[in-house]
Amino acid sequence: MSMLRAQLRAEMQATLRNGEQLLLTLGIPVMLLVFFSLVDVLPTGTKDPVDFLAPGILALAVMSTAMVSLGIGTGFERSYKVLKRLGTTPLGRSRLVVAKIGAVILVEVVQFAVLVPVAYALGWRPASPNWVGALGAVVVGTMAFAGIGLSLAGRLRGEINLAAQNGLYLVLLLLGGMVIPFGKLPTGLSAVAKSLPSGALADVLREALSQTGSRPTTSWVILAIWAVVTPITATRLFRWE
Amino acid sequence: MSAVEVDDLVVRYGDLVAVDHVSFRAEAGEVTVVLGPNGAGKTSTIEVCEGYRPASSGTATVLGLDPRRHQAQLSRRMGVMLQEGGVSLGARVCDVARLYCDLYGKGVQPVALLDSVGLADRARSTYRRLSGGEKQRLSLALALAGRPDVAFLDEPTSGVDVTGRQMIRTIVRDLAATGCAVVLATHELDEAERIADHVVIFDHGRVIADDTLDALRRGHDEIRFRSSVTLAHHDLSSALHLPVRVLGNGEYAVDGEAVHVAALTAWLAQHDEPLLDLRAGRQRLEDVFMRLTGGTP
Repeated sequence: MSMLRAQLRAEMQATLRNGEQLLLTLGIPVMLLVFFSLVDVLPTGTKDPVDFLAPGILALAVMSTAMVSLGIGTGFERSYKVLKRLGTTPLGRSRLVVAKIGAVILVEVVQFAVLVPVAYALGWRPASPNWVGALGAVVVGTMAFAGIGLSLAGRLRGEINLAAQNGLYLVLLLLGGMVIPFGKLPTGLSAVAKSLPSGALADVLREALSQTGSRPTTSWVILAIWAVVTPITATRLFRWE
Repeated sequence: MSAVEVDDLVVRYGDLVAVDHVSFRAEAGEVTVVLGPNGAGKTSTIEVCEGYRPASSGTATVLGLDPRRHQAQLSRRMGVMLQEGGVSLGARVCDVARLYCDLYGKGVQPVALLDSVGLADRARSTYRRLSGGEKQRLSLALALAGRPDVAFLDEPTSGVDVTGRQMIRTIVRDLAATGCAVVLATHELDEAERIADHVVIFDHGRVIADDTLDALRRGHDEIRFRSSVTLAHHDLSSALHLPVRVLGNGEYAVDGEAVHVAALTAWLAQHDEPLLDLRAGRQRLEDVFMRLTGGTP
């Protein structure tokens, strides 16, 4: 347990001392939520933009932590042989993975502790929110995004992984139904967007928190498939060095 | 039972045979230097011993344990220093030291650990701000965090300045004095000569020599001297009835013993050749290596 605690502390130190990761996990979601809630330029289709944006930004927060932050950090650790070095200590690979999962969960808790009050401050008033359902969606979404992030991190070189994760983040942000509704995308693109984990998670969160999901059951199935397939893919693709 | 026992080890990467039926032993309380040029198979062999890489065939046993099957047990008693890296660039030195002390849980204090490698005043620095020598010393410190019974150190003095090398040699000697079996891989012959109790020389994936440093150098005495670059070395060789090798820049080596020094100096005086420097004794490890491989280190 003490080994796990030590590694978890190291993971949190690495996250909190990295300005880019803080910007990615907290800065950008907060800025997007505040800016587009106050400046009504997005075709959200809701009376108040924050009603559409808040669940989407929570989904974005999960994606930024579980996929991009975890993926970039792990990719560089792999490049710098940190994983190889830790693999020779009593920590072992299984505790290392558990510590990384723990760090992702802790960061997500911090994100929600910041984003939910900000959304409330901006006027978000979800009707009878199902927080347990939302928590379930976050867990499944975390699995899906972590699988993607680690699949890339486990194969690509540090710098290429960095570019790939950031590029994917941007694509999923724009196509994922987080800030732009599926209905506002061209038909073909909309079909693709709905099958992405970002879109599925945003839709499931909208249904759980404000009963405004466009097709929650289908989105749950899509999200669950991603959550099974991507961790398996990561396990198969991942190279420790 | 030796601390490290490698028997008939083979490591293949596809068609490439990196380690080719290698066998050697490393004893507790000794510094065993695994010596050889880059690509000779040193790191692959050590990685098998660390449990990081599987053997294609053959066996490696460390402290009586199979490094792959008993990795968890072995890791508590093993210190590892990678050839390079192993620490995130943005990590602070004190945090890394604390992490490794906590992971091993042997009561080593991070401050004392850093002090032992002369990095106490760099505790608040990030890894990226350390010099090459400081990074190597930190990496060595992390290998010591668990008071190991066996330590695998891969090129510990690579890129380190003279002062840093001296410090690392002292730490390694002190570590062996505690009873730890130190296996140190290097391609630097001078370094091996300064620190080794036992030398295992690798070349093209094979072990071509395996003995104590003294034994490897025994029976290969030479006299080295400096004189004019135009010295008639063929005439000297004929006069002494010994081979004379031209080493360049006016340096020569006579494959002879101390008893031949008088004849050598007399010949030089007779032929009015200067004698600028002279050393008689056992061959250096570099010469042993050259003799064994017929190549350059």
